[in-house]
Amino acid sequence: MEAIVTVPPFESFYVEHRDVVLGFLRRRLGGQAAEDAFQETFLRALRAYDRLDHGEHLRAWVLTIAARLVIDMGRRSKPVSHELPELPVEDGRPAYAQIEHLAGGLPPTERAAVVLRYAYDLAYDDIALALDSTPEAARQAASSGVRRLRSRRIHT
Amino acid sequence: MTVTPDLDLRFREAAAAEGLLDVGFDVVDSPIGPLLVAATGRGLARIYFDAEPELHLERLAKAYGPRVLRSASSVGSAHRQLDEYFAGDRSSFELDVDLRGAAPFARQVLDELARVPYGRTTTYGTLAGKVGAPRAARAVGMVMNRNPIPIVLPCHRVVGANGSLTGYAGGLDVKERLLRLEGALL
Repeated sequence: MEAIVTVPPFESFYVEHRDVVLGFLRRRLGGQAAEDAFQETFLRALRAYDRLDHGEHLRAWVLTIAARLVIDMGRRSKPVSHELPELPVEDGRPAYAQIEHLAGGLPPTERAAVVLRYAYDLAYDDIALALDSTPEAARQAASSGVRRLRSRRIHT
Repeated sequence: MTVTPDLDLRFREAAAAEGLLDVGFDVVDSPIGPLLVAATGRGLARIYFDAEPELHLERLAKAYGPRVLRSASSVGSAHRQLDEYFAGDRSSFELDVDLRGAAPFARQVLDELARVPYGRTTTYGTLAGKVGAPRAARAVGMVMNRNPIPIVLPCHRVVGANGSLTGYAGGLDVKERLLRLEGALL
C-alpha cells in the first residue's frame, strides 16, 4: 500500500525554506537564540508534517511556527516580577490563537497575511517572503483579509 | 542568511534521535560508487546505486511517508557493515530489513535469496525451485531486478543456468566486482 502523499518530502521542504527561517529568527532573536529556535522550529514542523492536508503555503506555515516560537521564547524570558498582567482574553487563548481562529475562513493567502501581520507582528517584508510575493502584495492581502472579516462581522 | 553545516547537522541528528522520521537516508561512499542507503524504524529499506537524492525522495515518501530526511545516524549500522563488507572483513550482514512494500511472492524469493552464502552463486531456476515454483525462473529474475536492498540481499550471487552473469541493476561490471570481492569469480 502506498501512502497518498500531498506534501513534498520533508527533505525538499527543509532545504527550500531553512535559510529564510534562519534569517527571520536572526532578525528577531539574534545569535545563539536564533540557532536554538531554528532547530525547534523544524522539529515542530516535522512533528506536524504528516498531518498536513496539502503542500500549499508551506513557507508561510513554517514561518508561522517560527513566529509563534519567538513569542513563546519572549514570554518565557521575561522576569516574572516585572511582568505586566496579561490582558484578559475571552476564552483564555493568547491573542495570536484568537486571530488564527478568527481568520480561519479566509482564502489561504489573505489568511496567512492577516495571521502573520496581526497575530505575529511580522513586517510586510517578512510576509512577502512567506507568501513568495512582494511587500506591497502582502499588504494588500492583509488589508483585503481584514475588510473581508469586517464585512462578515457586520453581516452575521 | 545561510544555515551553517554544523547547525544543519544538529537539526538532522535531533530529528533522527527523536524518532520523527518515516525514513532516514544517507549517501555512503563505496568502491563501486556512492550508494544511497535508506532505513525506516523497522530496518534497512532501500539501497540505490544512483545516489542522487533528488531522484529518490518522492519514491521514498510514497512508500514510507513524507517525513524523509537525510541523516547519517539513521543508517549508521548499515553504513558500518557495508564498509566492512567492501573491505573484505564481513561476509554476512546483521541488519533488520523493512520489506513491507514487497508482494508475497517477491517476499518469499527475497527471504530465500538472503540465505545464499557469501562467495557462492546460485541460479534463477534454483531459487525458483526453493520457493516451490521451479518454472518461475523468469519471475525470479524480475524480483532480482527490483530488489530494493541490493548487496545486503545478494542478488549479485544469482546467475544464469549457463553461468553467465545475465544482468544487474547496478550494471554487470558491478556484479562482477562484487563476485570477485567475495572470491566467487577468479
